[in-house]
Amino acid sequence: MSALLRVQELTAGYGAAPVLHGVDLTVPAGTILAVLGANGAGKTTLLRTLSGLLRPTHGRIRYDGTDLRATPVEQMVRLGIAHVPEGRGVVTELTVDENLRLGGLWRRDRADARRALTEVYDLFEPLARRRHHPGHQLSGGERQMLALGRALVGRPRLLLLDEPSLGLAPRVTAQIMALLRTLRDTTGLTVLLVEQNVRSALSVADQGVVMSLGRIVARDDAASLRADADLRHVYLGF
Amino acid sequence: MERFLFLTFDGLSRGAVYAAFALALVLIWRAARIVNFAQGAMAVATAYAGYSVASATGSYWLGFAVAIVAGLLLGAAVERVVMRFVDHSSPLNGVVVALGLVLVIQAVLGMLYGNEYRPAAAPFSRSAFQVGGVALLSRFDLFVFAAVSAVVGLLGLLFTRTAVGLRMRAAAFAPDVSRLLGVPVAGMLTLGWALAAAVGSLAGLLVLPTELGLHPNAMDLVFVSSFTAAVVGGLDSAVGAVVGGLVVGLLLSFVSGYLGATVAPMAVLALLLVVLLGRPGGLFTRGRARAA
Repeated sequence: MSALLRVQELTAGYGAAPVLHGVDLTVPAGTILAVLGANGAGKTTLLRTLSGLLRPTHGRIRYDGTDLRATPVEQMVRLGIAHVPEGRGVVTELTVDENLRLGGLWRRDRADARRALTEVYDLFEPLARRRHHPGHQLSGGERQMLALGRALVGRPRLLLLDEPSLGLAPRVTAQIMALLRTLRDTTGLTVLLVEQNVRSALSVADQGVVMSLGRIVARDDAASLRADADLRHVYLGF
Repeated sequence: MERFLFLTFDGLSRGAVYAAFALALVLIWRAARIVNFAQGAMAVATAYAGYSVASATGSYWLGFAVAIVAGLLLGAAVERVVMRFVDHSSPLNGVVVALGLVLVIQAVLGMLYGNEYRPAAAPFSRSAFQVGGVALLSRFDLFVFAAVSAVVGLLGLLFTRTAVGLRMRAAAFAPDVSRLLGVPVAGMLTLGWALAAAVGSLAGLLVLPTELGLHPNAMDLVFVSSFTAAVVGGLDSAVGAVVGGLVVGLLLSFVSGYLGATVAPMAVLALLLVVLLGRPGGLFTRGRARAA
């Protein structure tokens, strides 16, 4: 399997103080990588740097042969990269339908964009029921479905998911994790899954990395990470 | 009673223009969170451009079209060349830059065209029809209503029914998320300024024939009235801008009709003060402040 995403010595942050200190990552195509770690470990900053919202001060990001450091944010989605930001990804002033259509506006294949929209409504039944409601009327779980569904309308190859389980009922979290596994197996989707919910993330991931204070302190198969009691105790708290 | 009817229709006709101009202010406010204090001066500049073309070719409508297109271009240029570089950490920065722009535009117009009033042509007769012996509306008034209704309707369709409108709204509400979804946010902002300035130009073309004529400062009082209209409507609401415009138009008409024209500007300022003290968010903000 070839690497879809290769990150080398990535250093980035806000202002003068870096948050990431030389992060190295390789994500093979068609796999799910769980990015674990406590609050403030730099997980969200890593995703923001990958999608171009934050520019690195040092290091390289290669995605399918493209240098992402030179790619404008607006172009990321055209390369197949979808970033679902933590919690606030929904445009609350727009309706559910407008949010979803926004996810496919950039696509030239209008027919497939409409097909993808229908698929998302089939996938997330609550969204279909609240189609014409504004985003601010949705529950936390519905917003998460909407943000994820909107990313899927673009038929991404790489999904950058930030805390999809945040504030969700365990049942909904399990559904989302199962969906990621299905998408990986059927469409070859590659996922970078940032999670505080270690158990559910490792239940679906192929590999995992553990971050602490802007560095990667452990990397292994998801199964081995689950079994590593010391690591769990020191960095993951369960 | 006749006088009341006349003043009502006159007020609605003026109010329609204020509504259009207030709508232009709301467009920029929603896109960029800036009150464009330069909008009056920009509208006058494009009216001069239209005037030059109309006098050279003898065609009012060609001048009209040129003024609207000049509005689109001037709006885009102001955003690209000036406003984009304003530091938005304090809301006052944009205001100060816009006021500076007013001085520059008015000075340049004064150098190019001089500071005397030039006649602003109206495309239709401004003498009112007599209905039952009462003078109510002129053909020009009807043209004003039709043009403003068309603009309000077209903008409504643009924002609610088209992909560009959806992009513009998304870019204004959530720039980062929109960029992640491939929306060219900076381009949408430029487009918003261009559209707003063109609407402002139209309002200028509709109001100047009813005032003293073309002059670099000709839109100053119109700006004050329209700004009041936009604030009455809550700055964020297109419906509010239209209603606010009509309210201000009626107020001006009744006050100048019954109390005298010299009192009218004070009445507008009084209304502005009352709204800012009583309902600083405007009359249309509750529940739909940030709605489409």
